[in-house]
Amino acid sequence: MAELNIKERQAGDVTILDMDGKITIGDGNVALRSAIRRLIEEGKKKILLNLGGVGYVDSSGIGELVSSYTTIQREGGQLKLLNLTQKIQDLLGITKLLTVFDTYDEESKALNSFK
Amino acid sequence: MTEETVELTLPSRVESVAEAAGAVADAARRLGFAEDALFGIDMAVREAVTNAVLHGNGGDESKPVEVALSGTDEGLVVTVRDRGQGFDPEAVADPTREENILKPSGRGILFMRTFMDEVSWARHPSGGTLVRMTKRK
Repeated sequence: MAELNIKERQAGDVTILDMDGKITIGDGNVALRSAIRRLIEEGKKKILLNLGGVGYVDSSGIGELVSSYTTIQREGGQLKLLNLTQKIQDLLGITKLLTVFDTYDEESKALNSFK
Repeated sequence: MTEETVELTLPSRVESVAEAAGAVADAARRLGFAEDALFGIDMAVREAVTNAVLHGNGGDESKPVEVALSGTDEGLVVTVRDRGQGFDPEAVADPTREENILKPSGRGILFMRTFMDEVSWARHPSGGTLVRMTKRK
């Protein structure tokens, strides 16, 4: 089984990636990077990462989230985070990235924030 | 009294990261560490082995990464040795400073220091860098 499974769905012009697994060095990072690259190629630049199924992220995974964020921003888009587990919230707090990322625990609120 | 030791010699590749973290976390679980502590120990070992594989040994699979754990009911010590040229942890930029916050890397040492009680680096007498991490109960 892949380290990170990503399912894509669309809500208006926002693309939601439902992620399940680990974002860690190796397969998990590569899966996220490939998904973001593909969305940009398809012109999808409003992206909501649903991390509800992600139980583990290491520093490489945090780095990949940051890279995704800066890549989308460079393209004039927005990347936001949904359903952070407590552990991931802690890691983003330790790294002061909670001040960078827009995070939500309700999908409807997250979707409205893109408008 | 419960005692645990782990000794692993692993090739410098990404797969070694999960293997080392899994073996250490299993031993820590047998020593009775709580779930929160296990998360931190697993994370710190991942970061130390990632650094050894990618930076210390430069991804050269022929260079080993040695991981050792020695633990009792009171706590554990994990060491990770690479065959690199050594490095100065104080020279690593603070990833939480504004100018570094959007950099894609540089957070591993912060996690090691956050989740373990003591972390130190030394030159190994036979070459390479030895990182030593302590976690008390």
